[in-house]
Amino acid sequence: MLANEVKEQLIAIVTKANFDDSKTERLVYSYDATPNFQSMPDAVISPRNTTEVTEILKVCNQHQVPIVPRGSGTNLCAGTCPTEGGIVLLFKQMNRILEIDEENLTVTVQPGVITLDMINAVEKRGLFYPPDPSSMKISTIGGNINENSGGLRGLKYGVTRDYVMALEVVLPNGDVIRTGGKLAKDVAGYDLTRLFVGSEGTLGVITEATLKLIPMPETKKTMLALYQDLNAAAKSVSAIIANKIIPTTLEFLDQPTLKVVEEFSQIGLPTNVQAVLLIEQDGPPEVVERDLIRMAEICKQEQAVSIQIAASEAEAEALRTARRAALSAIARLKPTTILEDATVPRSEIAKMVQAINEIAEKYQLEICTFGHAGDGNLHPTCATDARNHEEMERVEQAFAEIFAKAIDLGGTITGEHGVGAMKAPYLEWKLKAEGIAAMKAIKLAFDPQNIMNPGKVFAKDSKKRVVITR
Amino acid sequence: MTTIKEQEKIQEQFKERMDEDELLNCMRCGFCLPTCPTYIESGFKESQSPRGRIALMKAVVDGLIEPDAEFERSLELCLGCRACEPVCPSGVNYGHLLEDARDIINQNKQHSLPARVVRKTVFQGLFPHPNRMRGAVGLLGFYQRSGIQTLARKIGFLGLLPDSLATMEKILPKVPTMKEMKNRPDYLPAIAEKVHRVAFFSGCLMDTMFLKTNDATMKLLQLAGCEVVIPESQVCCGALHGHSGEKQTAKELAKKNIIAFEELDVDFIITNAGGCGAFLVDYDHLLQDDPEWKGRAKTFAEKVKDISEVLVAVDFHKKVKMELPPQVITYQDSCHLRNVMKTAAAPRVLLQAIAGVKYKEMVDADRCCGSAGIYNIVESEMSMVMLDYKMKQAKETHATTIVTANPGCLLQMQLGIEREGLSSKIRGVHIVDLLAQAVKQD
Ligand SMILES: Cc1cc2nc3c(=O)[nH]c(=O)nc-3n(C[C@H](O)[C@H](O)[C@H](O)COP(=O)(O)OP(=O)(O)OC[C@H]3O[C@@H](n4cnc5c(N)ncnc54)[C@H](O)[C@@H]3O)c2cc1C
Ligand code: SF4
Ligand code: SF4
Repeated sequence: MLANEVKEQLIAIVTKANFDDSKTERLVYSYDATPNFQSMPDAVISPRNTTEVTEILKVCNQHQVPIVPRGSGTNLCAGTCPTEGGIVLLFKQMNRILEIDEENLTVTVQPGVITLDMINAVEKRGLFYPPDPSSMKISTIGGNINENSGGLRGLKYGVTRDYVMALEVVLPNGDVIRTGGKLAKDVAGYDLTRLFVGSEGTLGVITEATLKLIPMPETKKTMLALYQDLNAAAKSVSAIIANKIIPTTLEFLDQPTLKVVEEFSQIGLPTNVQAVLLIEQDGPPEVVERDLIRMAEICKQEQAVSIQIAASEAEAEALRTARRAALSAIARLKPTTILEDATVPRSEIAKMVQAINEIAEKYQLEICTFGHAGDGNLHPTCATDARNHEEMERVEQAFAEIFAKAIDLGGTITGEHGVGAMKAPYLEWKLKAEGIAAMKAIKLAFDPQNIMNPGKVFAKDSKKRVVITR
Repeated sequence: MTTIKEQEKIQEQFKERMDEDELLNCMRCGFCLPTCPTYIESGFKESQSPRGRIALMKAVVDGLIEPDAEFERSLELCLGCRACEPVCPSGVNYGHLLEDARDIINQNKQHSLPARVVRKTVFQGLFPHPNRMRGAVGLLGFYQRSGIQTLARKIGFLGLLPDSLATMEKILPKVPTMKEMKNRPDYLPAIAEKVHRVAFFSGCLMDTMFLKTNDATMKLLQLAGCEVVIPESQVCCGALHGHSGEKQTAKELAKKNIIAFEELDVDFIITNAGGCGAFLVDYDHLLQDDPEWKGRAKTFAEKVKDISEVLVAVDFHKKVKMELPPQVITYQDSCHLRNVMKTAAAPRVLLQAIAGVKYKEMVDADRCCGSAGIYNIVESEMSMVMLDYKMKQAKETHATTIVTANPGCLLQMQLGIEREGLSSKIRGVHIVDLLAQAVKQD
């Protein structure tokens, strides 16, 4: 519960209409897309501009009220679950595109703008913003920046981080800082822009962002390579890259994933093969044509049973849309879907796929695997039931093993979904104690009162893996 | 308002009756948010979104919150348009959850006296009885023909009604006479070479206020080579009841309809109202707990098809010449036809086959117009927000004819046209009437 005094101060800043502490409103911001995490905030508040954000932060800092910034709540790491109460800060009224600068090739937005809306707006001008998380129809730019989200086009074009040029950030003490600029080069001081990218709302509130755009590629082509052998599919990924081709997209889907996705999308995906690769290349027509032929050859050498090229853009879009639905489609199978985000160097992808399968078999679990194979980023997803405690134990053990394997192969515990509350107890596995200490020092410098999204990234104590909170 | 006692009862029933697996099936990805009209129009309030509403229902089951007034308000404002279902990769059947939740709330809460009287008259006294329905609509006809309508308009009596209702009064179709409503055929032979034997579900509103549309429907079916039977003993589909928390009455109506149709030996049961059709195809779910009826309901449900699907399936648009004077037309999806019956392409195929007209798709044709059963009466304000958006998109197409496939949507379109002061320039028609006109030109 907020103290009355705090409540009144907050209402004075944003007006009654933009403050809500009814049970219903608090409940609907008690969760995000992460299974098994739920916790009620004390209030929900929707500022309309940077000044209001500043005032809110000052009040919260003074009274040590936790602040959970929230975009659309699609993150998969319990990053917006108000585990320590406090207020949820919404950006639904700060959702405008402020400027598209065609001379400097940048777009400047408020944090609440929906990723796809912005992509569509710049594409109307013949410009291209590559980071396209599968959730882009719903996710916000503020969320993308704070999770450093990737997408289907990440292999060739990189992730959100590679497109953030400048930020306006409100710090917990109410200071407003501007980092970076519309600059191709800038070495004036520390690179705070990069620090805030992927900071998961733990350092400050982003109130404006300037993003880099590039010219729209001339053409694009899409194909599916079908395999009866998982390993062969995974090996093709490394083989393509080893042959010095960088396709736009190189996505992997195994048979169980294909089946559920087809059930939802009904576009005639092959469900009688063990795995497919969704491959795309964009650029000048000659290059696209040449790369596609070469990649098809490589896939065939690696035992692809057939190659299907999308006949039209509509067909290609249907394939991409189907791929984006993969995670939610797996939720059809069982009540709870627990997904992982382990990432390994590209060359290790085949070993990782194999390990996942062996682990699934060992623990007798239903694990569907899909992901950004070209980035070495897989999403083994377990369809289970949180009410079945015995099975959940096995899920926990299986994922711990998958994790250990990923780190063993030189990988990381999370490629793009972030740490949040979910992976916090695990961070030390990747960073070691010294790494955590360095990061904590940064956190403390910006947020000495620990009001910004507390309980995220850093765990109170490092336990072993948590999948369930009991 | 619900009392604390009522809330406790509601909560208890939520725990007992809500389908927990279905609630858990929602993995909270949010893929449904951008398609939900109330989420958009409320300025992106999670409590007005499908994900939010499911979370709220689950929270009541889990005992995290009580079913208080705000909770109820969130469910009341839902249009029940079910646009959130086809986009949900996880396949959450939101419509069923909503229906159960509303039923529980309604059964355990004492409505205010006026609301009680209206509900009882409409849900139990009127719609289930074809005769009374004819009587009520007949009264409306008397009102229109007798001069009282003119008088009422002159006196300004209608000014006392809320805006949308007053306009609604103007746009109601000229209703047929009692005699016309009573003289309904029960069998019509195929006109072209016979390809199917079908039964026609005439619908209570369609068979009274929209009698002409029903006549046109049967005519088209005959021309398409269908022999048509129209069982006399059929009753209201029960949709209005089901969606308003009167599930028991809905079940009784469903059983009557199953009996009326099951011995007819037909290939399809045809509807021309998306709202009815969607409820009919769901009969097996409605009666799922009733072992005696479940199987029979399934057989019934599998035969239900919208007229446009059947016309396209038999190549009506290729075989029968259709032509109209030059005009731009656009199509407004019926939510339930599209999201539940999954009929979206067929109406467009038919419309585009009419010679002489230009078909122009409107932006967000699949977004609810705000009609939504009785939503436009009980939630007038939100409904008008939806309608204004719809009319804006319709106007952008420069269409002079807006086509729909459901009586509620049709009335709402006409209401929109009237509100915009465009009744001399734009008309709203049921797809069946337009097709019949196009055929007649020959
Ligand atoms: C079906 C599905 C598919 C997905 N696919 C992908 C994918 O392909 N690639 C990928 O990388 N991720 C993916 N995700 C994860 C998720 O969508 C992304 O992390 C996304 O960027 C989150 O955006 P959001 O607006 O929902 O942010 P939220 O979930 O609301 O917030 C994310 C984080 O950002 C912080 N935050 C938000 N706005 C601000 C702000 N203005 N200032 C400071 N902090 C802020 C929050 O505190 C939180 O820590 C997927 C999720 C789902 C459900
Ligand atoms: S799309 Fe389906 S699973 Fe996702 S939030 Fe909506 S209802 Fe839930
Ligand atoms: S039925 Fe319509 S209004 Fe209701 S939650 Fe679904 S999309 Fe929104």
